[in-house]
Amino acid sequence: MLQNKGNPTINKSTGLPRKRFYRARAHSNPLSDSHFPVPLSPSHVDYSQHYPQLFPAADQTGTYKKIQFADIGCGFGGLLISLSTLFPETLMIGMELRDKVTEYVKERILGLRVANPGRYQNVSVVRTNSMKYIPNYFEKGQLSKMFFLFPDPHFKEKNHRRRVISPQLLDEYAYVLQVGGIIYTITDVEELGEWMKSCLQNHLMFEPLSQKELEADPVVKLLSTATEEGQKVARNGGQTFQVVYRRITPAS
Amino acid sequence: MEDSRIEECEHDNSNTQEDAQVEESEQNNKDMEVAPALISVHPTQNSVAVAVGSDLRVFDLLDNCAVTLVDESGGASHNDSIRCIKYGTNGKLFVSAGDDKLVKVWSTDCWRCISTVISEKRVSAVAISNDGLHVCFADKFGVVWVVDLPGFDGTEAPLNKKAAPLLAHYCSIITSLEFSPDGRFIVSADRDFKIRVTVFPTKPLNGAHEIQSFCLGHTEFVSCLAFISAPDSPQGFLVSGGGDSTVRMWDIISGTLLDTCEVGAKVELIESDATEANCLTITDICTIPDCNLIAVAIQSLRGIMLLTCDLPSRTLSVTKVVSITGENFVPTSLGSSISGGLLWMVTGASKLRGSDISSLSRVKAVSGFNKSSPGAPEQEPVVLIDTEIPGGAKLLEKLQGSMSIDEKVFLAAADAVKTAMCNLLIKKQYTDEKREFRKRTRNDKKNTQ
Repeated sequence: MLQNKGNPTINKSTGLPRKRFYRARAHSNPLSDSHFPVPLSPSHVDYSQHYPQLFPAADQTGTYKKIQFADIGCGFGGLLISLSTLFPETLMIGMELRDKVTEYVKERILGLRVANPGRYQNVSVVRTNSMKYIPNYFEKGQLSKMFFLFPDPHFKEKNHRRRVISPQLLDEYAYVLQVGGIIYTITDVEELGEWMKSCLQNHLMFEPLSQKELEADPVVKLLSTATEEGQKVARNGGQTFQVVYRRITPAS
Repeated sequence: MEDSRIEECEHDNSNTQEDAQVEESEQNNKDMEVAPALISVHPTQNSVAVAVGSDLRVFDLLDNCAVTLVDESGGASHNDSIRCIKYGTNGKLFVSAGDDKLVKVWSTDCWRCISTVISEKRVSAVAISNDGLHVCFADKFGVVWVVDLPGFDGTEAPLNKKAAPLLAHYCSIITSLEFSPDGRFIVSADRDFKIRVTVFPTKPLNGAHEIQSFCLGHTEFVSCLAFISAPDSPQGFLVSGGGDSTVRMWDIISGTLLDTCEVGAKVELIESDATEANCLTITDICTIPDCNLIAVAIQSLRGIMLLTCDLPSRTLSVTKVVSITGENFVPTSLGSSISGGLLWMVTGASKLRGSDISSLSRVKAVSGFNKSSPGAPEQEPVVLIDTEIPGGAKLLEKLQGSMSIDEKVFLAAADAVKTAMCNLLIKKQYTDEKREFRKRTRNDKKNTQ
């Protein structure tokens, strides 16, 4: 897979992919019925394909570990790469709609695995539409963290329904998150930040983290610094809006 | 513009291809407009309702007469094809909805329309809560809406209520909505192979946010849902039919698939013209109370298949095929009551291309279901002849629109319904070339004119 001696898309010295060969439009239509395989149910997710060192056999019965972190719209993988070494015992996955970008992340992970034996074995990426297929990948209460970093703002009001955080989609995210699990969102678009905050505030299965908790959480700092998008915003001196909530049992 | 005529033939070819594409999609749109005839039976068999196209026909079996619907909005009650009808389990309410984006709630005592709800999109499924206080309807964009009906006796002026969003399947056509027997859950099925089980809250107008489970396992769109009541399980067992030619049984609390019945394969053995293995969609399923039997209507099958649900082992098996002989009858919808002991069937369609007879339907009934009481004599299900059906000729005249209709027309109707369902619910798979071609005609740019 990595014998790309003549392949210009991979940097020969680092073994990592060159971004300019994986350029894609920033925007992808989440409504289109794209062409990619979808697992029939969470038990059909092939862990041996994503984490070959940890799950050598294709046989799934008795998977002792399950994916716990999901980066929705992972882009070029910046956050996942940082999380992988911060949480080496946790399995994590990125979900991305754009084909080329997913390929880039795949190559990046492969390159890192080769250059750093034993590390980055806990991170993977999959091309999918997370707005439709999250229940196909994760069981009820499986995830402990979900990330929505710099999601597409879909500025026009008629396109608001394409936003990845919405009152209806939060039902599904609440379903796959365990009680106490955390949802992290960040954006540089103020209106979108207000929107996400209001969706989470009004949803009875989420409560905000306190300022103290935010300061104590090592992941929070990564939101604005770990991704390419976040770094770009910082370079341009832009402001970011963070909304972090916890999944709770609703008071009935 | 005229100079382009001199350009290569290639250009002309692509135009013809585009024209053909546009024609094809228009054709598909027309095919999708064909609406199957639907039937629904009052829980204690007080009445039977049939919907064909925009026509809603009800026959009162207690008074043995046709019902005249009273709708103060004037004119025909619905303006476009009705896509879903249902009686509430307490028997007091009936709901109809469809392509005219209107959801009409009727009182079954006086058959007055007591409420009309306007939907933003065409409606694809409806359900009434067991206590009769809420009506839910789903649209083709995957949103399920809820409206509340304070208890009333049908003499007040009709209310035109606004619905609130209850839950959503992101951008997926919802094909069926059902409440569990104990009313705790609402189940919604979609064309993306998914079934979602959601806790129905005490204040549904605020939304149903707690998902109980997802029932995942179908390998094609899910077309219909039904519940089997079980003595030791208040939420019952869910059965579903799909475009993958299977009927599946689920435990909705955990979302576990309990059993799968490969129904399509059995049909191929019976029907000689069911040669295409694809598209043997389960058209409808209906549980027959008191005997753990499930009646299944399948495309191409002239009759119904009966499945037995064995509760202790939680399995499904094909018990019997009830064939309809003497006429070409492929049911498009099934209905049963809790006490009547009959399975009602209808076949028919509206807006058939090339046919000037609109709104045809043919109604039949099957009796003789073995009640699950030990020691009861074995009964064979039998298709009733017209004179044996409750309500007899009067019922058939009202619900069918006429007493006798050309058989060939019904086969065409069943075929049209089959095509419509496929076009609507099965995702088109394009080759890479075709996809690239389609993208060429995509217009993202602002109008530079």
